Amino acid sequence: MVNITLQMERCKGCGICIANCPKDALAFSNHSNHSGYEYVQVNEETCVKCGTCYIVCPDGVFVFTETITE
Amino acid sequence: MKELWKGNEAIAEAAVRAGCKLYVGYPITPQTEIVEYMSARMPELGRKFIQSESEIISINTVIGGAMTGYRCMTSSSGVGISLMQEGLTDAFAKSIPLLLVNVNRCSCGMGGDFGGSTDDYLRDTRGGGNGDYHFIVMVPSTIQEAVDLTYCAWDIAEKYRNPIEIMTEGRLGQMMECVEMPEFKESPKQEWGFDGTTKFMDFGPMRDHDAKYKARMDAIREHEQRWEEYRTEDAETVIVALGMCSRVCKGAVNILREQGEQVGLLRPITAWPFPVKGFEALPETVKRIIVMEVDNDGQVIEDVLITTKKLTRFQNMPIYNLYKPHLYPADEMIDYYRKVISEEEKEVS
Amino acid sequence: MAKYTKYPELLSPNGWCPGCGYGIIARLIYEVMEEKGVSQNHIYVGGVGCNANLYGALEGGNKVECHHGRAPVCANGIKALMPDTFVFTIQGDGDCYAIGMGETIIAAHNRFPITVFAVNNANYGMTGGQTAPTTLTGQVTTTSPKGKEGKPFDIIPQMRALGVDYCARGTTASLAEIRKLKKYITKAIDLQLQERKYAFVEILSPCPTNWHKSPLEANEYIMNNVIKYLPLGEYDTSKEE
Repeated sequence: MVNITLQMERCKGCGICIANCPKDALAFSNHSNHSGYEYVQVNEETCVKCGTCYIVCPDGVFVFTETITE
Repeated sequence: MKELWKGNEAIAEAAVRAGCKLYVGYPITPQTEIVEYMSARMPELGRKFIQSESEIISINTVIGGAMTGYRCMTSSSGVGISLMQEGLTDAFAKSIPLLLVNVNRCSCGMGGDFGGSTDDYLRDTRGGGNGDYHFIVMVPSTIQEAVDLTYCAWDIAEKYRNPIEIMTEGRLGQMMECVEMPEFKESPKQEWGFDGTTKFMDFGPMRDHDAKYKARMDAIREHEQRWEEYRTEDAETVIVALGMCSRVCKGAVNILREQGEQVGLLRPITAWPFPVKGFEALPETVKRIIVMEVDNDGQVIEDVLITTKKLTRFQNMPIYNLYKPHLYPADEMIDYYRKVISEEEKEVS
Repeated sequence: MAKYTKYPELLSPNGWCPGCGYGIIARLIYEVMEEKGVSQNHIYVGGVGCNANLYGALEGGNKVECHHGRAPVCANGIKALMPDTFVFTIQGDGDCYAIGMGETIIAAHNRFPITVFAVNNANYGMTGGQTAPTTLTGQVTTTSPKGKEGKPFDIIPQMRALGVDYCARGTTASLAEIRKLKKYITKAIDLQLQERKYAFVEILSPCPTNWHKSPLEANEYIMNNVIKYLPLGEYDTSKEE
């Protein structure tokens, strides 16, 4: 199972991930992080964990973890 | 066994025997023999020789090589060293013990006389680049001395993690003398050198003038002053001269001694740190100092004036300065000495 | 039960402007180095300017900061004495094509066994957006207030004329191009690791701050305007006899 977590403190609010997300699962959160940037949030219900945001994000906000059960 | 060696080639061979692993050079008269010699000698021993496309490339390639912790050197002359300045200041900031050989030519701009002088003195001892820094600068007067200084140069440089320079002259580089070559010695990789894996390197930039910087400079000033005294035991007049000029001065001193004059010679071997201790060690009999140098506008005199200001005994001592753009014969030195004694020449104010 | 983290944990938060392509470039190079097993055993030689932030962003390995433009020759000095270590440079366009043009051409001509990454954002970013050799015709910068005259400098034809084994130009401006760029970087790094050959990759990176555009507009500007002057693509002659 793949999980997506966001490192909000790294986000600089450039919005590139929002424009690229194929499922429109990302949006600005109306909250600011310590650096003063409005960070993004993910809608877990529509997100399909495709990894697009990971590829286009310049700041390493998105972390995908895969848990393999044996 | 002594062999006949040309000055530039002797320096190159001494560097090879001291464990030079990478030589990068660019041809410039009167230094070119070092590049030529190294191009054959280094590959022979399985070491690296690179002929660069400019002196800027020379120094930056050497900085890269030296950061791996091996002994690396470059050499140039006049304008070549001026081009290198951005790299030299960087080498100091990165605490890289590289060896630079400056075979002096003469005068500014393109440079005129390839026989050389010491008119790069102020640039090289003060640090010609941005920021305040010093290279350790050693000035040989014979080819044997050039060989010995080159042979021990990296040992000193690595001890303090400070770049070092051998400042020789065109004449010394082009002439031949009998030289006793030292044995090959081991030069292991320094522990601070790059290994590709260390997370943080001890290449502390000297941006903040911290205690480390001062400690390094003070230690060099304290321990690395070198000088030679010649017939100063009861001297009333001491001539200060370095490099090739000091050899002519020795002749002048011998002639004057035969004529019953009490004259001696103090020859700084390290131009930076300037041998203040050498002045301290001069006998009580000294009444005047004459600085003789080969350049257009008196450069060594500045260091002598600073030094004598520091030492109580010399504070009111008359200091004279003779400088000419080309190396001059002992007769002219003796003439100047006579004029000083007869008070025809004025002291430096 | 195994855990797999896609993002390299060692890659630190970076100090670039929002939307700058450097973050993606750092990640791609780091990912490829991890795939090749050199992420903890390499020497990175960098220049001056925005790419100085890379010293903090890439962890593991050794780092050298060089004077503006001198990175390839410094890397060559390191490679001469440490031939088995992966040595690469990342330089900006001012670094690589203006002050360091001599070094860039010499490195390619002499086939130094290093990998050079040039990040082209069409201006001098760190000093506030001055005209660079790569600035587009008519582009307004702080030192070309009426728009630049003359053509932007294109390195790829020069590199091909020099006959280097591998040169490529990619960009971080779109999802598809980032995927291609990773392939270019992989090939360039492979060439040094396996054959000790020189490789050159130019990366067009957006500079939203100095172009006075939003990050998305900057990416569109690259895809619509910049690549007309500086076409993307790779030229691989390493396999040819």
